[in-house]
Amino acid sequence: MDTSPITTILARLTPVRFHAPWQRFDVDAQMWTAIAKSLGDGAGDLLGLWGDANAVHMALRTPPADPCVISLAIAEGKFPSVGRFHAPAIRFERAISDLYGHRPADAPDRRAWLDHGQWELRAPLGARLPAPRHDPVDYEFLDVRGHGLHQIPVGPVHAGIIEPGHFRFTANGETVARLEERLGYVHKGIDGLLTGVDLAGAARIAARTSGDSTVALSFAFSRAVEAALGIDAPPRAVALRGVMAELERIANHFGDIGAICNDAAFALIHAHCGIFRERVLAACDRAFGHRLMMDRIVPGGVSQDIAADDSAAIVAALDDIAPRFDEIVALYDDTPSLQDRTCATGYVAPDLVNRWAAGGHVGRASGRDFDARRDLAYPPYLGLAFAVPVYTAGDVDARVRVRIDETQASMRMIRYWLANLPGGAVFAPLPQASGLCEGMAVVEAFRGDILLWLRIAADGAVARCHMRDASWFQWPLLEAAIENNIVADFPLCNKSFNCSYSGHDL
Amino acid sequence: MRTLLLKSLFARPVTITAPAADDGGLDELGRALAARGRRLFGRSLTIREVDAGSCNGCELEIHALNNSVYDVERFGLRFAASPRHADVLLVTGPVTHNMKIALERTYAATPDPKWVVAVGDCGCGCGVFEGSYAVVGAVDKVIPVDLHIRGCPPRPIDLLRGLIALVDKATTRAGK
Repeated sequence: MDTSPITTILARLTPVRFHAPWQRFDVDAQMWTAIAKSLGDGAGDLLGLWGDANAVHMALRTPPADPCVISLAIAEGKFPSVGRFHAPAIRFERAISDLYGHRPADAPDRRAWLDHGQWELRAPLGARLPAPRHDPVDYEFLDVRGHGLHQIPVGPVHAGIIEPGHFRFTANGETVARLEERLGYVHKGIDGLLTGVDLAGAARIAARTSGDSTVALSFAFSRAVEAALGIDAPPRAVALRGVMAELERIANHFGDIGAICNDAAFALIHAHCGIFRERVLAACDRAFGHRLMMDRIVPGGVSQDIAADDSAAIVAALDDIAPRFDEIVALYDDTPSLQDRTCATGYVAPDLVNRWAAGGHVGRASGRDFDARRDLAYPPYLGLAFAVPVYTAGDVDARVRVRIDETQASMRMIRYWLANLPGGAVFAPLPQASGLCEGMAVVEAFRGDILLWLRIAADGAVARCHMRDASWFQWPLLEAAIENNIVADFPLCNKSFNCSYSGHDL
Repeated sequence: MRTLLLKSLFARPVTITAPAADDGGLDELGRALAARGRRLFGRSLTIREVDAGSCNGCELEIHALNNSVYDVERFGLRFAASPRHADVLLVTGPVTHNMKIALERTYAATPDPKWVVAVGDCGCGCGVFEGSYAVVGAVDKVIPVDLHIRGCPPRPIDLLRGLIALVDKATTRAGK
């Protein structure tokens, strides 16, 4: 088997100490560029790219090797652009430039991304230079030229009860020739807020980075802290984390399946899925005291144990939902008028999901067989046999089917853990940090893999924490999915992706 | 589909059944809302939701108001797609600097008389995002707020309870 050129470069290096569970390497500009080129040649997956006070970090994965992080010191305010060779890095570089002022040299796109000119500050996490406000409309969208084209600007305030973002459609009649996204409206400065706070405070912020993935984010944060401090959560806590993560997944999938069908004007499935979702949330509320289970997973374990009758209530809810969900799936299968809208709509090519290393239903509906729960297995998924659905059609229908199959698999997992719940404590006290330490974690949220990287200072406070939501690698593909579809099918395509705005904008 | 529809025909509604009045439950709230809302707006109160920077936790629970269990439309409350059709702006936060102008413009586009409800701990205060360079803060730092519904996120039942309080306030103001 060929060794990836990236592995060859890294094999010569000594990893940084105190980085767990995977390795981090300090590299020079030459190696950085060589690795960027290899990523562009398809030698590995980009997992994340983020800034630091005087450095940039890039997480990547070259299977079968474990993920790793490479770090490059900033020289003269610049670092060699990765986006120049590997397009998925472009938006990350724009964000780094906005937040830290580190400029990607020779970058193909120099426009601001998160900075809309409203902060009265340039490089708020770097030099913090005063900057006058400017009209947010001063943004150069990519040029589109052609006969009979017109533009449709949508957002940031959308028609539904959803998050804000701007979509610039260029259409020819009804057909979309190009969609360009502009995001960053809900940028709350989370990377900045997470700097210098204690672990408990940071955990609360991490849990509020994207409300629909609060369990997954807390899970990732806790695992990264535990990796950095070198501890494990007790077995009972680990099983309960799995229960919560899968309850979050099915609640979101029910919501999405219903909402996609609703966007195809099939309200019946939406109504039923809404009831399923509500049943799940009510059971979560009863068992864990919060409908979305916010702040229930904490570094060291979980903040709350489950009572036996509450566990039974979750199983009862699943017993009630499962057969009725099967009927809804059968209805989806038997309704050609609905499938007429979902099949062949919003196609994403396998080449794109592989290049972007798109996770979740976006990747798995276009043939990318990756699930962090299986491929970067972590407890309680370690050693657990479960099916990872993969479809190849790449359309809205395939993304619905991935969700349907995952929901069924998740229900089985929840039942298994609740039936085999280990005894004992649900929380292990955290040791004092004995010096600077770093940890990272990849966790499979309902929409795909989340990467969380953090550095804990010697005093126990968070020195730097960065979260990379699955949406970073999915949003750009939505632009591809809508191409040559009609404008009226955009809600359907968008909902089938259901990317996070807040999780992306940070 | 026929079997499913037939089943639905004979199934009991899933909508929360009327709890005893002393439970302070949904039905009591709903009836109060219907009576007061009707006095002021005829039969309806139209809501436009604006996410001005939330983590979307509040949006999930606002969404739940529309499901068959809470079924907010039975009380004459409905969500509109445009602020031009709205009586109430339901705003979640914290308001980010990047959303401030959009929120001001949405407020300006809403016809009078209008009411603003700030939803969630972040919309009411600033939540965990206090002190960031990127956030303005609570909704009332940008537009006048008539009612605050706290919670992280507030439960759907709390949202409904809050909307009653709004109608109370709206009625008093209109009566002045």
